[in-house]
Amino acid sequence: MIHKFSMDGINIVMDIYSGAIHVVDDIVYELVDYYKKYDKEKLINKFKGKYKIEQIKEALEEIEELEKEELLFTNDLYEEYLEQFEKRNPIVKALCLHVTHGCNLKCKYCFAGEGEYGGNRALMSAEVGKKAIDFLIKSSGNRRNLEVDFFGGEPLMNFEVVKEIVEYARSIEKDYNKNFRFTITTNGILLNDEIQDYINKNMYNVVLSIDGRKEVNDKMRYTANHKGSYDVIVPKFKKLADSRNQTDYYVRGTFTRENLDFSEDVLHLADLGFKQISVEPVVAPKEMDYALKEEDLPILYEQYEKLAKELIKRKKEGKGFNFFHFMIDLTQGPCVAKRLAGCGSGSEYLAVTPEGDLYPCHQFVGLEEFKMGSVFEGIKNKSMQKQFQSCNVYAKEECRNCWAKFYCSGGCAANAYQFHKDINVPYKIGCELEKKRIECAIYIKAKLAE
Amino acid sequence: MKHVKTLNTATLKKSMAKSGCGECQTSCQSACKTSCTVANQSCENH
Repeated sequence: MIHKFSMDGINIVMDIYSGAIHVVDDIVYELVDYYKKYDKEKLINKFKGKYKIEQIKEALEEIEELEKEELLFTNDLYEEYLEQFEKRNPIVKALCLHVTHGCNLKCKYCFAGEGEYGGNRALMSAEVGKKAIDFLIKSSGNRRNLEVDFFGGEPLMNFEVVKEIVEYARSIEKDYNKNFRFTITTNGILLNDEIQDYINKNMYNVVLSIDGRKEVNDKMRYTANHKGSYDVIVPKFKKLADSRNQTDYYVRGTFTRENLDFSEDVLHLADLGFKQISVEPVVAPKEMDYALKEEDLPILYEQYEKLAKELIKRKKEGKGFNFFHFMIDLTQGPCVAKRLAGCGSGSEYLAVTPEGDLYPCHQFVGLEEFKMGSVFEGIKNKSMQKQFQSCNVYAKEECRNCWAKFYCSGGCAANAYQFHKDINVPYKIGCELEKKRIECAIYIKAKLAE
Repeated sequence: MKHVKTLNTATLKKSMAKSGCGECQTSCQSACKTSCTVANQSCENH
């Protein structure tokens, strides 16, 4: 499978099954479409009015060489290979702990329903948290690296319990030959020096929620009294990011139909001094006025391109920053099993409610039919775990034929369910945006390699 | 090559040899939480 695109005068040809990416001139860019269909003579005849015959011959030789080296027109080797992973007994290696369903913000777009997941403002007890750690250790087989994300609601509203859980996990990890990596996702309202120190000592990553420009952020992210969060959180986030030497954190925002010019928000965050930035499209029910629509795609594509160009410019000036969705490792990225197997939700990644119930991921919490068990009794609904485990790119018709499958891993099961009531039917707008981001990420690599 | 500049080597097939240890970070734990991107994740085997 080949995917090709042109951006800003740069022609890219991707050989999907080898992972090879080529920057090519106009002749090769045209020839690859016909190379497998026509013989050499016919190709020369077809293009001789546009290019010199010698040039065409030379280009064809180079294409032939790439094919011999298995860097072009390679075949899919992975479907059967993936089956062996699916036959494994599922293990759990990551938990998203909803340490509270209460929140001190009432963000308009929150998938948790203003932080509360359609339920009450429950707080997780230390007992439930510790049981979750025990469950994770017990369910993780021989995986050493285990991840726990403190999530909410707003996890700083139950920070004493966060600390107890961390201390408990640390106290037993060596006995079981495990290595816990903790992360926390916070809106920042309650951040202070003491919490910052604790986070820096104990958290592998921290995700700081902010949408960008003040007016954009405050329109969506506000308190019960409709007071925007921007002025409160910006100084705290800046301080925290600096205290972590501008690494191992993300400022993370959501863009909606209210700010289709979201590249301005990314750049605003960069101008504030943040070096690790993630701003993502909202996933919202169609009827909401801020939900993205298919007709918005062209403007969003433009925004990603604009952002990519600005990022290159800033990198060349020594003022670069990382944009999460433009980061791509072309040399030592994840293995093919990881790329094809899906995000792991419902099989190796689960969410835990304040009461200790298990769900396939944080976005399924509150949908009773997806309750899989609890940290006390373990996974009761094994068939659901299997169903999620087999939700890989080959299980989805649209993914199987998509060039982006090695980059997105089949997309988000929760998004798919929200739009199609089927975890195996991807959410179209999400797919289109993902594809554009991958193209931009590759374009950036090509441009910086010039 | 005069017409082609290859940005990387063929990594996918090679990765099958040491593939699937599962020690890497779960995609959703990184920064996203509402989308899925794996190409920016790093491998624990390198």
